[in-house]
Amino acid sequence: MSRAQTASLISMPVKSLNISSASTLLRNAMLPLLGILIFLSLWAVLAKNIDTSLGSFPGPSEVFTQAQVLIEEHGAQREKANAFYERQEQRNAARIAQDPSYNPTIRAFTGAPTFFDQIWTSLYTVTVGFLIASVIAVPLGIICGLSKASYAAINPLIQLLKPVSPLAWLPLVTMVVSAVYVSDDPMFSKSFITSAVTVSLCCLWPTLINTAVGVSSIDSDLLNVSKVLRLGPFSHVMKIVMPSSIPMIFTGLRLSLGIGWMVLIAAEMLAQNPGLGKFVWDEFQNGSSESLARIMVAVLTIGLIGFALDRLMLLLQKQVSWDKGAVLR
Amino acid sequence: MTAKHHLELTQVGIDFPTPKGPFTALTDVNLKIQKGEFISLIGHSGCGKSTVLNIIAGLHKATKGGVILDGHEVNEPGPERAVVFQNHSLLPWLTAYKNVELAVRQTSKGRSKAEMRDWVEHNLELVHMSHAVDKLPAEISGGMKQRVGIARALAMEPKVLLMDEPFGALDALTRAHLQDSIMEIHADLGNTVVMITHDVDEAVLLSDRIVMMTNGPSATIGEILDIELQRPRDRLALADNPQYNHYRHEVLTFLYEKQRKVESVAEHRKKAQGKTKANDASVA
Ligand SMILES: Nc1ncnc2c1ncn2[C@@H]1O[C@H](COP(=O)(O)OP(=O)(O)OP(=O)(O)O)[C@@H](O)[C@H]1O
Ligand SMILES: [Mg+2]
Repeated sequence: MSRAQTASLISMPVKSLNISSASTLLRNAMLPLLGILIFLSLWAVLAKNIDTSLGSFPGPSEVFTQAQVLIEEHGAQREKANAFYERQEQRNAARIAQDPSYNPTIRAFTGAPTFFDQIWTSLYTVTVGFLIASVIAVPLGIICGLSKASYAAINPLIQLLKPVSPLAWLPLVTMVVSAVYVSDDPMFSKSFITSAVTVSLCCLWPTLINTAVGVSSIDSDLLNVSKVLRLGPFSHVMKIVMPSSIPMIFTGLRLSLGIGWMVLIAAEMLAQNPGLGKFVWDEFQNGSSESLARIMVAVLTIGLIGFALDRLMLLLQKQVSWDKGAVLR
Repeated sequence: MTAKHHLELTQVGIDFPTPKGPFTALTDVNLKIQKGEFISLIGHSGCGKSTVLNIIAGLHKATKGGVILDGHEVNEPGPERAVVFQNHSLLPWLTAYKNVELAVRQTSKGRSKAEMRDWVEHNLELVHMSHAVDKLPAEISGGMKQRVGIARALAMEPKVLLMDEPFGALDALTRAHLQDSIMEIHADLGNTVVMITHDVDEAVLLSDRIVMMTNGPSATIGEILDIELQRPRDRLALADNPQYNHYRHEVLTFLYEKQRKVESVAEHRKKAQGKTKANDASVA
């Protein structure tokens, strides 16, 4: 600690306003930074002492290097793809010049997907799976919360299916998708559908349950207001039910998205479906000296994306929530 | 003819199902109310005042007997029996204006947009809330919330205005203010009002009749007191009015002698004195 800081600590009671802003700065920026620094140094020290069959465990610097390599690889692959399409275009143009009736077919570039392609695939899959689940779970949760009868009917099913790991569904989903989703020119690949459905299956429950609880615990006075005003079912849901259960609905959505993201990675590893999970698995199978560092990059990326997704939901919640003063975390 | 029995409660009784069998909260409640009358319900806590009000509102269904309003049986809630709830019950996500507007939308089919806006503003004006129409309930004081709640109820143009301890949670000054507003509005609009209160002064000041309820279980109407004080009433002038004090005394006698809850006033006073003495001793 520098002398200036010590001095400011001593003068705390006098310049309390100044200090309090300094201490919030300390809390908001310095402490997290400190935590990260401690983590990095512990990691660096510990990593050196762990020897695996693929060499010593990667420390922060190796991982950083591999992250750069992955970015370079991606750039190189993009260039290759661009070159491929350029050549194809030239060839097609040349053939059309010779024979105007020629109908060119455009072939897609078939290079191996890069790390960033896999990130994109996973993000896209989790989004679709999550949206499907939400579109089902929120209305169903509202119905369950509004009507005791439908809750009684659905509750045993929820309780039975909720604890099932979605990975147990994976073989079933895979078989059903390959049997049912037959099309000559499929818009989506089967692996994508399988992953998305698996994500949906686990995203369903937290949203459904939290929505139902939120809706069933609406203030009875507000329900009485709705009755006295004779609000129709639609107005009742839009004016009373939705606004008052928004916090619970979002709690469910955020839980769902978090679980969905974790499950997706596992499902991709297990089913060899494209995505970050497959990247990790492939690197593991590869077993080169860089593999562990590359997997570590993927692990950190998965964490960062999970965090970002949660923040995104929080932002959305702030947008739609009526209580702007509420502290959301 | 309709003016005779505007609102009629006949042999109203209600049993609540409880784990230990049905609990009879009310029996044989009979009350005939005329158009434009201001009725107060007073009684000890838990005697069933809110239950009576909720039965009139249609929020509870009477097990025995029933309620008739202008010749039609009451069997569901509706805006012609607007309720002002004890804790305002404004929708916290809507501004004062929007809260009232929601009620106006539900009740005025024929009005144009401009007429609706005028009607919302008019009702907020009635309760002196025009200055805070765009505030959320969380941004205004308890008294202001209660005003908006009253405006919302009035905006429904109810045949009967039901108020469950509308000023219970307010400080004395705000309460006096709102009581004056209610008297003004009642004089202007002539609504039929049924109001629950715990406050004897409030009951005497506002009411045409005070309905005093016996203690539960199986509570019913004990006595009805006609208040024949000239309107408009002025709280300051009434303070020394012997007639007013006689009415107050009647109600107090009913509550604390005929229907004393656990202890008589004298016992209560003795105890209170004992307590202060104990306090004095501890200070010394
Ligand atoms: N839904 C219910 N189920 C069971 N018992 C109830 C129910 N509602 C009210 N009661 C009982 O009926 C009695 C009357 O209740 P009520 O709320 O009408 O009293 P109150 O006179 O309004 O009291 P307070 O002045 O404290 O508001 C009480 O004994 C209460 O326990
Ligand atoms: Mg009550």
